[in-house]
Formats: sequence, C-alpha cells, structure tokens
Amino acid sequence: MEKEELMDAQEFCRHYQVEYSFIAALHESGLIEITTVEEKGFIPESQVPELEKLSRLHYDLHINVEGIEAISHLLQKNKGLQSRLAQLEERLRIYESWVRG
Amino acid sequence: MAFVDYYRVLGVSKNATTEEIKKAYRKLARQYHPDLNPNDKSAHTKFQQINEANEVLSDAENRKKYDQYGKDWQHAEQFEKAGKASAGSREWQGDPFAGTHMNEEGFSDFFESLFGRAGGRSGKNVKFRGEDYNAELHMNLEDAYTTHQQTLTVNGKNIRITIPAGVENGQIIRLKGHGGPGVNGGHNGDLYISFAIADHPRFKRMGDDLYMTVELDLYTAVLGGEIVLDTMGGKIKLKIQPETQNGLKTRLKGKGFPVYKKEGEAGDLFVTYSIKIPTQLNEKQKELFRELAKLSS
Repeated sequence: MEKEELMDAQEFCRHYQVEYSFIAALHESGLIEITTVEEKGFIPESQVPELEKLSRLHYDLHINVEGIEAISHLLQKNKGLQSRLAQLEERLRIYESWVRG
Repeated sequence: MAFVDYYRVLGVSKNATTEEIKKAYRKLARQYHPDLNPNDKSAHTKFQQINEANEVLSDAENRKKYDQYGKDWQHAEQFEKAGKASAGSREWQGDPFAGTHMNEEGFSDFFESLFGRAGGRSGKNVKFRGEDYNAELHMNLEDAYTTHQQTLTVNGKNIRITIPAGVENGQIIRLKGHGGPGVNGGHNGDLYISFAIADHPRFKRMGDDLYMTVELDLYTAVLGGEIVLDTMGGKIKLKIQPETQNGLKTRLKGKGFPVYKKEGEAGDLFVTYSIKIPTQLNEKQKELFRELAKLSS
C-alpha cells in the first residue's frame, strides 16, 4: 500500500490565512478529506491543490460553502466534458487523415 | 497607445457610486475568475482587465485623476496649466482594451503611463493566482513501458518532462508553477498533465498485469514443444506441455508491466492459448486424421 504525505490542517490554516472552521465545513460537505491522528486533523498532500482552489473561491470571491459545493460539481462535470471532447477531436482527426489517405 | 474606458469595462456609468463599482467588479470577477474558467485564456485576459478597471475606479484619487485626464492623458500637463477639465461624453465602440498590451503584472500600457509602475496604486493590491492549465499527453503502450523524456508545448511554451515507466491511462501529474501567470504579483498557476494511453492490438493491460492470446498450432498443442513469445520486454522461449487445451492460461511472473516509480518491479503476463485447427489439408493428411479418428473411437 502506497504511503501518502499528510499536512497538519492547523499549519495549512496558518500558512494560507484561512479559518479552521472553513476547512471543517468543506470536510462536512464532503469536498475534502481530513484524517484524524491523535485528535489532530491532517489533510492528504494530494488534496492540497484542491483545498487551495476552494480557499480562493471563498476568500477572494466571497462564495459560501454551499456555492462552492455547486461549483465543484459543475467544474468536475466540465472537466469530464472537456476530456471527452478532446478524445472525440482526436478520433475525428485520425478519421479525417484516413479519409484523405 | 489607446485610451481605455474603465467604466465600460465594468459596465457602469461615469457617475456610478463606489458601491455600484464594487458590486459590478465582484460580479464580473466571479464570472471570469481563472479558477472558474479553466483552460480559458480569454477569460483570464478579461479578468486582468476587470482588475485593472477596479484598481482605478475603486480608489478615489485614481478615479479623480482618470476622470480628469483619462481621455486626454497625453496632454494632461497642458490641460492642468490651461485649467481645462476633460469634456464631453465618451462613445467607444468595440473592446475598450483594443490595441492595448497587458504586461506581466496584468496592467495595460495605458494604466502604466497614467499611474506609473509604483505610484498611484491603492494600498489594497489584491494578488490573484494564475489559472491552472490542463494538457493531455497521448502515447502508446510501448511508450508507457519505459522511462523516457518527452517535450510538450503548452500555450507556446516547450516543457520537457520525464515520464516514469508504468504510468497509467488517465493518470494526472501536476507541475507546480507552470500554469498561467499570476495577477498583481500572485503565484503562477499549475500545469496538470493527464496521460491518454492508446489500446494495444496484442496486449491488454489491467493495472500492472498484461494479458495476451497466443495462437498455437494443433501439433505443438498435442505433442508439446517450444514457442518463441514476443513480449513487451523482448522475446522469450516458452515450453508447451503435451495435450495443451484450447483456452488454457499460463502466468509468467514478472513479465508484465513495470510498476510506476518502483524500479525493478513488474506485474505478470497472462498468456491464453488459442489452438489453431489446420486448414487446406491435402488427401494424405485427411487420411491420417481419419485413421486417428478410428483409433480414438
């Protein structure tokens, strides 16, 4: 089983100047994972970029947690659609090159 | 260098209140923010323009200077001397930022010339992180089998990366700071590269294991023998046991796909035998088969 680095949630809050209650709210909404070790909260390293983005949406754009939830869902959907579009464009490109011979 | 109509950028009238300007800015910032518009260069540019307009119009001193000299900025000094105020209404068609160049800090040449690089800016210099870029790298299974370097071009920039052996289809790696430039000195965004690995005509990959089907002639299957197998790691000799049945599966340990970032480790190769029935038999061969059939009954 692969090990993953964990970041102290309080340390994250200090560094990025966000409130712990905000991270807790995101965890409650299922948007991020918090691992508890000896009663201290830790954030998986892989989640840090996502958490950075959600913090910007809240603190820079004043979007509440409910709004962030909706936006996250839409961004995920958008990502899937963009990926599918890229695949289809690639297939079309291959098909067109066959047709042209 | 063209004049920039900041009121038009924010969609407010010339006598908009501070509150109205703030409201307009927030609404547009949410619309064009890089985090909400991934992979959208035009949204990023628009976002920089909105920030610049807000920088000027939300600050009383900047706004006063802009209102007084904006249209006639080139003759600001002469106007000041002559005691003239800027007159008339502005009617601008098209993009208010057309013909302007945005520098690395996200401000146009027009802004720099009116307010300078350091002076004239409000204390609230809000920094915004640059947008994240997403790129898809296409490769075949043979490429993913070995550690190799590859150059990709993202937004006109060439980036050379080392791809470890064993990378999986759909896997995403993040290159910090290789995304879009930050606004107002904010950090650069990140570059996310996802790998799209094409299907292979002979091998099927499931995790670190490979699966293949090998055609075996009837005689070798019945009597046993040896075959040479073409695997991804090279040719190997395989001993075939007598009376090998059609569909039999054999496992070759460690001959599968390299495990990602684990040097020397590999999955297994599963070989399924498909017995090929001989065709276009001559009379002698058919006769021998009939004899065999008689003996078996």
